[in-house]
Amino acid sequence: MLAVGLAHYLTVGAVLFVLGILGIFLNRKNIIVILMSVELILLSVNLNLVAFSAQLGDLTGQIFAMLILTVAAAEAAIGLAILVIYFRNRGTIEVEDVSTLKG
Amino acid sequence: MNWTLALPEIVLGISGLLILAGGVIPKKDSFFPVSMAVIGALVLTAALVLGQGEGTAFMGQYVSDGFSRFAKVLILAGAALALVLALDFNAKAGLDRFEYAVLMLFAAQGMMVMVSANDLMSLYIGLELLSLSLYVIAAFDRDNARSAEAGLKYFVLGALASGLLLYGSSLVYGFAGTTNFDRLADALSSGQVGMGLVIGLVFVLAGLCFKISAVPFHMWTPDVYEGAPTPVTAFFATAPKIAAIALLMRVLAGPFGDLSAQWQQVIWFASAGSMLLGAFAALTQKNIKRLMAYSSIGHVGYALMGLAVATDGGFRGVLVYMAIYLVMNLGTFAVLVAMRRNGKTLEQVDDLAGLGRTDPQMALWMAIFMFSMAGVPPMAGFFGKLYVFLAAVQEGFWVLALIGVFTSVVGSYYYLRIIKVMYFDAAQAPLDPRSAGVTVVMAGTGLLTLLFFLFPAPIIAAAQSAIVALAG
Repeated sequence: MLAVGLAHYLTVGAVLFVLGILGIFLNRKNIIVILMSVELILLSVNLNLVAFSAQLGDLTGQIFAMLILTVAAAEAAIGLAILVIYFRNRGTIEVEDVSTLKG
Repeated sequence: MNWTLALPEIVLGISGLLILAGGVIPKKDSFFPVSMAVIGALVLTAALVLGQGEGTAFMGQYVSDGFSRFAKVLILAGAALALVLALDFNAKAGLDRFEYAVLMLFAAQGMMVMVSANDLMSLYIGLELLSLSLYVIAAFDRDNARSAEAGLKYFVLGALASGLLLYGSSLVYGFAGTTNFDRLADALSSGQVGMGLVIGLVFVLAGLCFKISAVPFHMWTPDVYEGAPTPVTAFFATAPKIAAIALLMRVLAGPFGDLSAQWQQVIWFASAGSMLLGAFAALTQKNIKRLMAYSSIGHVGYALMGLAVATDGGFRGVLVYMAIYLVMNLGTFAVLVAMRRNGKTLEQVDDLAGLGRTDPQMALWMAIFMFSMAGVPPMAGFFGKLYVFLAAVQEGFWVLALIGVFTSVVGSYYYLRIIKVMYFDAAQAPLDPRSAGVTVVMAGTGLLTLLFFLFPAPIIAAAQSAIVALAG
Protein backbone atom coordinates (compact mmCIF):
# COMPACT_ATOMS: atom_id res chain seq x y z
CA MET A 1 0.00 0.00 0.00
CA LEU A 2 1.29 3.37 -1.00
CA ALA A 3 1.79 5.86 1.82
CA VAL A 4 0.66 9.41 1.03
CA GLY A 5 3.59 11.68 1.82
CA LEU A 6 4.60 15.30 1.47
CA ALA A 7 5.59 14.86 -2.17
CA HIS A 8 2.08 13.76 -3.11
CA TYR A 9 0.48 16.76 -1.46
CA LEU A 10 2.96 19.11 -3.12
CA THR A 11 2.28 17.52 -6.49
CA VAL A 12 -1.47 17.96 -6.10
CA GLY A 13 -0.87 21.54 -4.98
CA ALA A 14 1.33 22.26 -7.98
CA VAL A 15 -1.21 20.71 -10.38
CA LEU A 16 -4.04 22.80 -8.89
CA PHE A 17 -1.87 25.92 -9.07
CA VAL A 18 -1.01 25.37 -12.72
CA LEU A 19 -4.66 24.62 -13.51
CA GLY A 20 -5.63 27.92 -11.88
CA ILE A 21 -3.02 29.88 -13.86
CA LEU A 22 -4.06 28.21 -17.11
CA GLY A 23 -7.70 28.87 -16.28
CA ILE A 24 -6.94 32.59 -16.13
CA PHE A 25 -4.82 32.80 -19.26
CA LEU A 26 -6.44 30.26 -21.59
CA ASN A 27 -10.01 31.04 -20.60
CA ARG A 28 -11.76 32.89 -23.44
CA LYS A 29 -15.31 32.62 -22.17
CA ASN A 30 -16.50 33.99 -18.90
CA ILE A 31 -15.12 36.14 -16.09
CA ILE A 32 -16.79 33.94 -13.46
CA VAL A 33 -14.43 31.16 -14.58
CA ILE A 34 -11.51 33.50 -13.81
CA LEU A 35 -12.82 34.03 -10.27
CA MET A 36 -13.05 30.25 -9.88
CA SER A 37 -9.47 29.91 -11.11
CA VAL A 38 -8.31 32.44 -8.50
CA GLU A 39 -9.98 30.37 -5.80
CA LEU A 40 -8.25 27.28 -7.17
CA ILE A 41 -4.86 29.00 -6.86
CA LEU A 42 -5.57 29.99 -3.25
CA LEU A 43 -6.71 26.46 -2.42
CA SER A 44 -3.51 25.00 -3.84
CA VAL A 45 -1.56 27.36 -1.57
CA ASN A 46 -3.61 26.27 1.44
CA LEU A 47 -2.99 22.62 0.62
CA ASN A 48 0.75 23.32 0.40
CA LEU A 49 0.78 25.18 3.71
CA VAL A 50 -1.15 22.52 5.60
CA ALA A 51 1.01 19.73 4.16
CA PHE A 52 4.21 21.56 5.13
CA SER A 53 2.74 22.33 8.55
CA ALA A 54 2.07 18.65 9.20
CA GLN A 55 5.49 17.68 7.88
CA LEU A 56 7.36 20.25 9.98
CA GLY A 57 5.24 19.73 13.10
CA ASP A 58 4.75 23.50 13.23
CA LEU A 59 1.39 25.26 13.56
CA THR A 60 2.37 28.42 11.64
CA GLY A 61 1.35 26.97 8.30
CA GLN A 62 -2.15 26.15 9.52
CA ILE A 63 -2.59 29.64 10.98
CA PHE A 64 -1.45 31.07 7.64
CA ALA A 65 -3.99 28.86 5.84
CA MET A 66 -6.81 30.15 8.07
CA LEU A 67 -5.77 33.73 7.30
CA ILE A 68 -5.79 33.01 3.58
CA LEU A 69 -9.27 31.46 3.81
CA THR A 70 -10.72 34.57 5.42
CA VAL A 71 -8.99 37.01 3.07
CA ALA A 72 -10.04 34.90 0.07
CA ALA A 73 -13.67 35.24 1.15
CA ALA A 74 -13.33 39.04 1.28
CA GLU A 75 -11.55 39.04 -2.05
CA ALA A 76 -14.29 36.97 -3.72
CA ALA A 77 -16.95 39.31 -2.33
CA ILE A 78 -15.18 42.37 -3.77
CA GLY A 79 -14.55 40.62 -7.08
CA LEU A 80 -18.21 39.71 -7.49
CA ALA A 81 -19.26 43.27 -6.55
CA ILE A 82 -16.99 44.72 -9.24
CA LEU A 83 -18.31 42.12 -11.68
CA VAL A 84 -21.88 43.24 -10.92
CA ILE A 85 -21.17 46.93 -11.64
CA TYR A 86 -19.32 45.90 -14.78
CA PHE A 87 -22.31 43.88 -15.96
CA ARG A 88 -24.65 46.80 -15.24
CA ASN A 89 -22.57 49.04 -17.48
CA ARG A 90 -21.84 46.68 -20.31
CA GLY A 91 -24.51 44.00 -20.20
CA THR A 92 -21.93 41.24 -20.72
CA ILE A 93 -19.27 39.36 -18.80
CA GLU A 94 -17.58 37.71 -21.77
CA VAL A 95 -13.78 37.92 -21.46
CA GLU A 96 -13.47 39.01 -25.10
CA ASP A 97 -15.57 42.11 -24.45
CA VAL A 98 -13.31 43.45 -21.69
CA SER A 99 -11.26 45.47 -24.16
CA THR A 100 -12.46 49.08 -24.16
CA LEU A 101 -9.15 50.21 -22.66
CA LYS A 102 -6.14 49.47 -24.82
CA GLY A 103 -3.39 51.22 -26.71
CA MET B 1 3.21 41.74 24.35
CA ASN B 2 4.37 45.16 23.31
CA TRP B 3 1.30 46.23 21.31
CA THR B 4 1.74 49.96 21.98
CA LEU B 5 4.55 49.88 19.42
CA ALA B 6 1.92 49.58 16.68
CA LEU B 7 -0.01 52.58 18.03
CA PRO B 8 -0.03 54.52 14.70
CA GLU B 9 -1.72 51.65 12.85
CA ILE B 10 -4.13 50.99 15.71
CA VAL B 11 -5.10 54.67 15.97
CA LEU B 12 -5.57 54.88 12.19
CA GLY B 13 -7.68 51.73 12.11
CA ILE B 14 -9.94 52.83 14.99
CA SER B 15 -10.33 56.31 13.46
CA GLY B 16 -11.28 54.61 10.20
CA LEU B 17 -14.04 52.63 11.88
CA LEU B 18 -15.33 55.70 13.76
CA ILE B 19 -15.27 57.83 10.60
CA LEU B 20 -17.06 55.09 8.69
CA ALA B 21 -19.80 55.00 11.35
CA GLY B 22 -19.94 58.80 11.42
CA GLY B 23 -20.29 58.98 7.65
CA VAL B 24 -23.34 56.71 7.54
CA ILE B 25 -25.42 58.62 10.08
CA PRO B 26 -26.18 61.95 8.26
CA LYS B 27 -29.00 61.83 5.71
CA LYS B 28 -27.32 64.11 3.19
CA ASP B 29 -23.97 63.38 1.66
CA SER B 30 -20.96 63.87 3.88
CA PHE B 31 -18.00 63.57 1.50
CA PHE B 32 -16.33 66.84 2.48
CA PRO B 33 -16.46 66.55 6.31
CA VAL B 34 -15.50 62.87 6.15
CA SER B 35 -12.54 63.69 3.91
CA MET B 36 -11.42 66.37 6.35
CA ALA B 37 -11.69 63.87 9.20
CA VAL B 38 -9.64 61.34 7.21
CA ILE B 39 -6.96 63.91 6.44
CA GLY B 40 -6.92 64.77 10.15
CA ALA B 41 -6.52 61.09 11.05
CA LEU B 42 -3.67 60.71 8.54
CA VAL B 43 -1.86 63.76 9.96
CA LEU B 44 -2.37 62.51 13.53
CA THR B 45 -0.97 59.11 12.51
CA ALA B 46 2.04 60.76 10.86
CA ALA B 47 2.73 62.58 14.14
CA LEU B 48 2.50 59.27 16.02
CA VAL B 49 4.84 57.65 13.48
CA LEU B 50 7.44 60.34 14.07
CA GLY B 51 7.35 59.55 17.80
CA GLN B 52 7.25 55.77 17.31
CA GLY B 53 9.72 53.63 19.21
CA GLU B 54 11.84 50.84 17.74
CA GLY B 55 11.56 47.09 18.11
CA THR B 56 9.29 44.20 17.22
CA ALA B 57 5.79 43.41 18.42
CA PHE B 58 3.04 40.79 18.03
CA MET B 59 5.46 37.87 18.36
CA GLY B 60 7.79 39.17 15.69
CA GLN B 61 5.06 39.90 13.13
CA TYR B 62 5.53 43.65 13.29
CA VAL B 63 8.72 45.70 13.25
CA SER B 64 9.22 49.40 13.72
CA ASP B 65 12.55 50.97 12.75
CA GLY B 66 13.96 54.01 10.96
CA PHE B 67 13.20 52.44 7.59
CA SER B 68 9.52 51.86 8.33
CA ARG B 69 9.17 55.37 9.76
CA PHE B 70 10.70 56.95 6.64
CA ALA B 71 8.39 55.01 4.33
CA LYS B 72 5.31 55.58 6.50
CA VAL B 73 5.74 59.35 6.56
CA LEU B 74 5.98 59.38 2.76
CA ILE B 75 2.94 57.09 2.45
CA LEU B 76 0.78 59.17 4.79
CA ALA B 77 1.79 62.41 3.07
CA GLY B 78 1.05 60.89 -0.34
CA ALA B 79 -2.36 59.59 0.76
CA ALA B 80 -3.38 62.89 2.37
CA LEU B 81 -2.35 64.97 -0.65
CA ALA B 82 -4.04 62.56 -3.07
CA LEU B 83 -7.23 62.99 -1.03
CA VAL B 84 -6.87 66.79 -1.24
CA LEU B 85 -6.70 66.45 -5.02
CA ALA B 86 -9.93 64.42 -5.00
CA LEU B 87 -12.02 66.92 -2.98
CA ASP B 88 -13.02 69.25 -5.78
CA PHE B 89 -12.81 66.73 -8.63
CA ASN B 90 -15.11 64.21 -6.99
CA ALA B 91 -17.71 66.87 -6.16
CA LYS B 92 -17.82 67.98 -9.80
CA ALA B 93 -17.75 64.45 -11.23
CA GLY B 94 -20.55 63.21 -8.96
CA LEU B 95 -18.17 60.92 -7.04
CA ASP B 96 -18.60 62.74 -3.72
CA ARG B 97 -19.51 59.68 -1.68
CA PHE B 98 -17.82 59.48 1.70
CA GLU B 99 -16.68 55.88 1.21
CA TYR B 100 -13.94 57.20 -1.07
CA ALA B 101 -12.09 58.88 1.80
CA VAL B 102 -12.58 55.91 4.13
CA LEU B 103 -11.22 53.49 1.51
CA MET B 104 -8.14 55.67 1.13
CA LEU B 105 -7.68 55.59 4.90
CA PHE B 106 -7.80 51.78 4.95
CA ALA B 107 -5.45 51.63 1.96
CA ALA B 108 -3.02 53.82 3.93
CA GLN B 109 -3.32 51.49 6.90
CA GLY B 110 -2.60 48.50 4.68
CA MET B 111 0.51 50.22 3.32
CA MET B 112 1.71 50.95 6.86
CA VAL B 113 1.33 47.29 7.80
CA MET B 114 3.22 46.36 4.62
CA VAL B 115 6.28 48.46 5.39
CA SER B 116 6.26 47.26 9.01
CA ALA B 117 5.82 43.61 8.10
CA ASN B 118 8.36 41.27 9.66
CA ASP B 119 6.69 38.03 8.67
CA LEU B 120 5.20 36.60 5.49
CA MET B 121 1.78 36.59 7.16
CA SER B 122 1.73 40.29 8.10
CA LEU B 123 3.16 41.04 4.66
CA TYR B 124 0.19 39.28 3.07
CA ILE B 125 -2.41 40.90 5.34
CA GLY B 126 -1.05 44.40 4.69
CA LEU B 127 -0.84 43.81 0.96
CA GLU B 128 -4.40 42.51 0.79
CA LEU B 129 -5.79 45.37 2.90
CA LEU B 130 -4.19 47.74 0.40
CA SER B 131 -5.24 45.77 -2.67
CA LEU B 132 -8.87 45.25 -1.66
CA SER B 133 -9.25 49.00 -1.04
CA LEU B 134 -7.59 49.81 -4.36
CA TYR B 135 -9.81 47.40 -6.35
CA VAL B 136 -12.86 49.23 -5.05
CA ILE B 137 -11.65 52.79 -5.64
CA ALA B 138 -10.45 51.90 -9.15
CA ALA B 139 -14.08 51.06 -9.96
CA PHE B 140 -15.41 53.97 -7.89
CA ASP B 141 -17.05 55.73 -10.86
CA ARG B 142 -19.49 52.86 -10.99
CA ASP B 143 -21.77 54.28 -13.72
CA ASN B 144 -18.81 54.60 -16.08
CA ALA B 145 -17.95 51.50 -18.11
CA ARG B 146 -14.27 52.46 -18.30
CA SER B 147 -13.89 52.77 -14.55
CA ALA B 148 -15.69 49.45 -14.00
CA GLU B 149 -13.42 47.80 -16.56
CA ALA B 150 -10.34 49.26 -14.87
CA GLY B 151 -11.51 47.87 -11.55
CA LEU B 152 -12.22 44.46 -13.06
CA LYS B 153 -8.85 44.20 -14.79
CA TYR B 154 -7.02 45.33 -11.69
CA PHE B 155 -8.92 42.84 -9.59
CA VAL B 156 -8.25 39.83 -11.82
CA LEU B 157 -4.55 40.54 -12.26
CA GLY B 158 -4.12 41.63 -8.64
CA ALA B 159 -5.69 38.40 -7.41
CA LEU B 160 -3.36 36.44 -9.69
CA ALA B 161 -0.36 38.33 -8.27
CA SER B 162 -1.52 37.60 -4.71
CA GLY B 163 -1.78 33.96 -5.70
CA LEU B 164 1.80 33.93 -7.03
CA LEU B 165 3.03 35.66 -3.87
CA LEU B 166 1.23 33.16 -1.65
CA TYR B 167 2.44 30.15 -3.56
CA GLY B 168 5.96 31.49 -3.16
CA SER B 169 5.36 32.11 0.54
CA SER B 170 4.14 28.54 1.02
CA LEU B 171 7.30 27.16 -0.61
CA VAL B 172 9.53 29.46 1.44
CA TYR B 173 7.73 28.36 4.60
CA GLY B 174 8.01 24.71 3.70
CA PHE B 175 11.67 24.69 2.78
CA ALA B 176 12.94 27.14 5.42
CA GLY B 177 10.56 26.04 8.20
CA THR B 178 9.51 29.54 9.25
CA THR B 179 7.71 32.62 7.98
CA ASN B 180 9.42 35.11 10.30
CA PHE B 181 11.91 37.39 8.52
CA ASP B 182 14.54 37.29 11.29
CA ARG B 183 14.46 33.49 11.51
CA LEU B 184 14.43 33.22 7.71
CA ALA B 185 17.58 35.34 7.62
CA ASP B 186 19.19 32.99 10.16
CA ALA B 187 18.08 29.89 8.26
CA LEU B 188 19.41 31.22 4.95
CA SER B 189 22.72 32.53 6.28
CA SER B 190 24.26 29.05 6.27
CA GLY B 191 24.65 29.30 2.52
CA GLN B 192 22.97 25.95 1.81
CA VAL B 193 20.02 26.95 -0.34
CA GLY B 194 17.74 24.37 -1.90
CA MET B 195 15.95 24.65 -5.20
CA GLY B 196 12.52 24.84 -3.53
CA LEU B 197 13.55 27.96 -1.65
CA VAL B 198 14.82 29.69 -4.78
CA ILE B 199 11.58 28.89 -6.63
CA GLY B 200 9.62 30.26 -3.68
CA LEU B 201 11.73 33.43 -3.71
CA VAL B 202 11.10 33.94 -7.42
CA PHE B 203 7.32 33.55 -6.95
CA VAL B 204 7.36 36.07 -4.08
CA LEU B 205 9.37 38.47 -6.27
CA ALA B 206 6.87 38.05 -9.12
CA GLY B 207 3.97 38.89 -6.83
CA LEU B 208 5.71 42.00 -5.53
CA CYS B 209 6.88 43.10 -9.01
CA PHE B 210 3.23 43.10 -10.02
CA LYS B 211 2.38 45.57 -7.26
CA ILE B 212 5.12 48.00 -8.35
CA SER B 213 4.18 47.38 -12.03
CA ALA B 214 7.68 46.35 -13.08
CA VAL B 215 8.15 44.59 -16.44
CA PRO B 216 7.02 41.81 -17.13
CA PHE B 217 4.10 42.34 -14.73
CA HIS B 218 3.19 45.82 -15.92
CA MET B 219 0.31 45.05 -18.30
CA TRP B 220 -2.46 46.19 -15.96
CA THR B 221 -0.95 49.63 -15.34
CA PRO B 222 -1.88 51.60 -18.52
CA ASP B 223 -5.46 50.29 -18.60
CA VAL B 224 -6.11 50.90 -14.91
CA TYR B 225 -4.50 54.35 -14.94
CA GLU B 226 -6.55 55.36 -17.97
CA GLY B 227 -9.88 53.93 -16.83
CA ALA B 228 -9.87 54.99 -13.17
CA PRO B 229 -10.96 58.53 -12.23
CA THR B 230 -7.99 60.96 -12.28
CA PRO B 231 -7.64 61.46 -8.47
CA VAL B 232 -7.65 57.67 -8.08
CA THR B 233 -4.89 57.42 -10.65
CA ALA B 234 -2.98 60.10 -8.71
CA PHE B 235 -3.23 57.91 -5.62
CA PHE B 236 -2.27 54.71 -7.48
CA ALA B 237 0.83 56.32 -8.93
CA THR B 238 2.22 57.58 -5.63
CA ALA B 239 1.73 56.03 -2.18
CA PRO B 240 1.18 52.34 -3.10
CA LYS B 241 4.33 52.40 -5.25
CA ILE B 242 6.37 53.66 -2.29
CA ALA B 243 4.89 51.02 0.00
CA ALA B 244 5.50 48.18 -2.45
CA ILE B 245 9.08 49.26 -3.20
CA ALA B 246 9.77 49.60 0.53
CA LEU B 247 8.32 46.14 1.10
CA LEU B 248 10.42 44.71 -1.71
CA MET B 249 13.53 46.30 -0.17
CA ARG B 250 12.73 44.93 3.26
CA VAL B 251 12.16 41.40 1.93
CA LEU B 252 15.25 41.38 -0.29
CA ALA B 253 17.64 43.10 2.11
CA GLY B 254 16.38 41.27 5.22
CA PRO B 255 15.46 37.59 5.01
CA PHE B 256 16.80 37.07 1.50
CA GLY B 257 19.90 39.24 1.90
CA ASP B 258 22.15 36.17 1.69
CA LEU B 259 20.50 35.05 -1.55
CA SER B 260 21.39 38.29 -3.35
CA ALA B 261 23.19 36.36 -6.10
CA GLN B 262 19.85 34.75 -6.96
CA TRP B 263 17.57 37.79 -6.88
CA GLN B 264 19.98 40.35 -8.32
CA GLN B 265 19.60 38.88 -11.83
CA VAL B 266 15.80 38.96 -11.57
CA ILE B 267 15.80 42.59 -10.43
CA TRP B 268 18.38 43.44 -13.12
CA PHE B 269 16.07 42.25 -15.88
CA ALA B 270 12.97 43.81 -14.30
CA SER B 271 14.85 47.12 -14.06
CA ALA B 272 16.20 47.11 -17.61
CA GLY B 273 12.85 45.95 -19.04
CA SER B 274 10.87 48.58 -17.12
CA MET B 275 13.17 51.40 -18.19
CA LEU B 276 13.04 50.37 -21.86
CA LEU B 277 9.30 49.78 -21.95
CA GLY B 278 8.58 52.99 -20.01
CA ALA B 279 10.61 54.99 -22.51
CA PHE B 280 9.46 53.46 -25.80
CA ALA B 281 5.80 52.58 -25.16
CA ALA B 282 5.04 56.14 -24.00
CA LEU B 283 6.29 57.74 -27.21
CA THR B 284 3.05 57.29 -29.14
CA GLN B 285 0.55 57.89 -26.34
CA LYS B 286 -2.11 60.59 -26.84
CA ASN B 287 -3.90 60.07 -23.53
CA ILE B 288 -1.93 61.80 -20.79
CA LYS B 289 -3.02 59.38 -18.05
CA ARG B 290 -1.82 56.47 -20.15
CA LEU B 291 1.40 58.34 -20.78
CA MET B 292 1.87 58.82 -17.04
CA ALA B 293 1.32 55.08 -16.58
CA TYR B 294 4.24 54.26 -18.88
CA SER B 295 6.23 57.04 -17.22
CA SER B 296 5.64 55.42 -13.82
CA ILE B 297 6.77 52.04 -15.18
CA GLY B 298 9.98 53.74 -16.33
CA HIS B 299 10.52 55.41 -12.95
CA VAL B 300 10.08 52.09 -11.16
CA GLY B 301 12.80 50.76 -13.48
CA TYR B 302 15.21 53.48 -12.31
CA ALA B 303 14.37 52.77 -8.67
CA LEU B 304 14.95 49.04 -9.22
CA MET B 305 18.40 49.86 -10.61
CA GLY B 306 19.41 50.92 -7.09
CA LEU B 307 17.92 47.70 -5.74
CA ALA B 308 19.78 45.55 -8.28
CA VAL B 309 23.06 47.03 -7.06
CA ALA B 310 22.24 45.70 -3.57
CA THR B 311 24.62 47.94 -1.65
CA ASP B 312 23.76 50.51 1.01
CA GLY B 313 24.40 53.27 -1.52
CA GLY B 314 22.00 51.66 -3.98
CA PHE B 315 19.29 51.20 -1.36
CA ARG B 316 19.70 54.82 -0.26
CA GLY B 317 19.35 55.88 -3.89
CA VAL B 318 16.07 53.96 -4.13
CA LEU B 319 14.63 55.73 -1.08
CA VAL B 320 15.69 59.18 -2.31
CA TYR B 321 14.33 58.36 -5.76
CA MET B 322 10.96 57.27 -4.40
CA ALA B 323 10.66 60.37 -2.17
CA ILE B 324 11.32 62.63 -5.17
CA TYR B 325 9.05 60.52 -7.37
CA LEU B 326 6.21 60.97 -4.87
CA VAL B 327 6.57 64.75 -4.88
CA MET B 328 6.83 65.29 -8.63
CA ASN B 329 4.11 62.77 -9.46
CA LEU B 330 1.65 64.35 -7.03
CA GLY B 331 2.36 67.71 -8.66
CA THR B 332 1.84 66.35 -12.16
CA PHE B 333 -1.42 64.75 -11.18
CA ALA B 334 -2.55 68.00 -9.54
CA VAL B 335 -2.27 69.50 -13.04
CA LEU B 336 -4.14 66.56 -14.59
CA VAL B 337 -6.92 66.83 -12.00
CA ALA B 338 -7.28 70.53 -12.91
CA MET B 339 -7.69 69.69 -16.63
CA ARG B 340 -11.39 70.42 -17.06
CA ARG B 341 -13.16 72.60 -19.59
CA ASN B 342 -16.87 73.51 -19.49
CA GLY B 343 -17.36 70.92 -16.76
CA LYS B 344 -15.90 68.02 -18.78
CA THR B 345 -12.72 66.24 -17.74
CA LEU B 346 -9.94 66.26 -20.33
CA GLU B 347 -7.36 63.50 -20.76
CA GLN B 348 -5.57 64.16 -24.05
CA VAL B 349 -2.11 65.68 -24.32
CA ASP B 350 -3.46 68.08 -26.96
CA ASP B 351 -5.95 69.50 -24.48
CA LEU B 352 -3.00 71.25 -22.82
CA ALA B 353 -2.32 73.24 -26.02
CA GLY B 354 -1.59 76.88 -25.38
CA LEU B 355 -1.74 76.50 -21.61
CA GLY B 356 1.31 78.79 -21.44
CA ARG B 357 -0.90 81.69 -22.53
CA THR B 358 -4.26 80.79 -21.01
CA ASP B 359 -2.93 79.74 -17.59
CA PRO B 360 0.76 80.67 -17.26
CA GLN B 361 1.00 79.69 -13.60
CA MET B 362 -0.18 76.10 -14.11
CA ALA B 363 1.91 75.77 -17.28
CA LEU B 364 4.98 76.83 -15.33
CA TRP B 365 4.45 74.19 -12.64
CA MET B 366 3.74 71.54 -15.26
CA ALA B 367 6.95 72.50 -17.10
CA ILE B 368 8.90 72.14 -13.83
CA PHE B 369 7.44 68.67 -13.24
CA MET B 370 8.13 67.57 -16.81
CA PHE B 371 11.75 68.81 -16.67
CA SER B 372 12.13 67.01 -13.35
CA MET B 373 10.72 63.73 -14.70
CA ALA B 374 13.01 63.99 -17.70
CA GLY B 375 15.93 64.41 -15.27
CA VAL B 376 17.03 67.90 -16.28
CA PRO B 377 19.23 69.58 -13.65
CA PRO B 378 18.69 71.36 -11.30
CA MET B 379 15.24 69.80 -10.79
CA ALA B 380 14.77 67.16 -8.11
CA GLY B 381 14.33 64.33 -10.63
CA PHE B 382 17.93 64.77 -11.76
CA PHE B 383 19.25 64.07 -8.27
CA GLY B 384 17.03 61.04 -7.91
CA LYS B 385 18.55 59.54 -11.05
CA LEU B 386 22.04 60.72 -10.08
CA TYR B 387 22.12 58.72 -6.84
CA VAL B 388 20.99 55.43 -8.38
CA PHE B 389 23.27 55.84 -11.42
CA LEU B 390 26.23 56.64 -9.13
CA ALA B 391 25.59 53.52 -7.08
CA ALA B 392 25.27 51.41 -10.24
CA VAL B 393 28.50 52.74 -11.75
CA GLN B 394 30.44 52.33 -8.50
CA GLU B 395 29.50 48.66 -8.32
CA GLY B 396 30.30 48.03 -11.97
CA PHE B 397 26.75 47.76 -13.30
CA TRP B 398 27.79 49.54 -16.48
CA VAL B 399 25.26 47.98 -18.83
CA LEU B 400 22.35 48.83 -16.55
CA ALA B 401 23.58 52.41 -16.07
CA LEU B 402 24.01 52.84 -19.84
CA ILE B 403 20.48 51.53 -20.47
CA GLY B 404 19.29 54.04 -17.86
CA VAL B 405 21.02 56.97 -19.54
CA PHE B 406 19.75 55.87 -22.96
CA THR B 407 16.13 55.53 -21.79
CA SER B 408 16.33 58.91 -20.01
CA VAL B 409 17.21 60.49 -23.33
CA VAL B 410 14.38 58.69 -25.14
CA GLY B 411 11.97 59.48 -22.31
CA SER B 412 12.76 63.19 -22.36
CA TYR B 413 11.17 63.28 -25.83
CA TYR B 414 7.66 62.81 -24.51
CA TYR B 415 8.16 64.95 -21.43
CA LEU B 416 9.48 67.81 -23.54
CA ARG B 417 6.67 67.26 -26.08
CA ILE B 418 4.18 68.21 -23.35
CA ILE B 419 6.12 71.43 -22.71
CA LYS B 420 6.14 72.13 -26.45
CA VAL B 421 2.36 71.58 -26.67
CA MET B 422 1.80 73.93 -23.74
CA TYR B 423 3.97 76.78 -24.98
CA PHE B 424 4.08 76.60 -28.78
CA ASP B 425 0.77 75.13 -29.97
CA ALA B 426 -2.29 77.22 -30.85
CA ALA B 427 -4.17 78.16 -27.70
CA GLN B 428 -7.53 76.56 -26.94
CA ALA B 429 -10.28 77.96 -24.72
CA PRO B 430 -9.08 78.43 -21.12
CA LEU B 431 -9.60 75.66 -18.59
CA ASP B 432 -12.19 75.97 -15.83
CA PRO B 433 -10.95 77.71 -12.66
CA ARG B 434 -9.37 75.23 -10.26
CA SER B 435 -9.89 74.90 -6.54
CA ALA B 436 -7.51 76.34 -3.96
CA GLY B 437 -6.54 72.89 -2.68
CA VAL B 438 -5.27 71.78 -6.08
CA THR B 439 -3.31 75.01 -6.49
CA VAL B 440 -1.70 74.55 -3.07
CA VAL B 441 -0.62 70.97 -3.87
CA MET B 442 0.69 72.06 -7.27
CA ALA B 443 2.67 74.99 -5.89
CA GLY B 444 3.97 73.11 -2.85
CA THR B 445 5.23 70.10 -4.77
CA GLY B 446 6.49 72.42 -7.54
CA LEU B 447 8.60 74.42 -5.09
CA LEU B 448 9.98 71.22 -3.54
CA THR B 449 10.88 69.90 -7.00
CA LEU B 450 12.47 73.16 -8.06
CA LEU B 451 14.40 73.95 -4.87
CA PHE B 452 15.46 70.43 -3.86
CA PHE B 453 19.06 71.14 -4.91
CA LEU B 454 19.33 73.86 -2.24
CA PHE B 455 18.54 71.54 0.67
CA PRO B 456 19.10 67.90 -0.27
CA ALA B 457 20.89 67.12 3.03
CA PRO B 458 17.87 66.41 5.30
CA ILE B 459 16.29 63.96 2.84
CA ILE B 460 19.60 62.22 2.10
CA ALA B 461 20.36 61.98 5.82
CA ALA B 462 16.90 60.59 6.59
CA ALA B 463 17.27 58.00 3.81
CA GLN B 464 20.75 57.13 5.09
CA SER B 465 19.54 56.48 8.64
CA ALA B 466 16.61 54.46 7.25
CA ILE B 467 19.06 52.25 5.33
CA VAL B 468 21.26 51.80 8.38
CA ALA B 469 18.17 50.50 10.21
CA LEU B 470 17.31 48.21 7.29
CA ALA B 471 20.76 46.71 6.82
CA GLY B 472 21.76 46.63 10.49
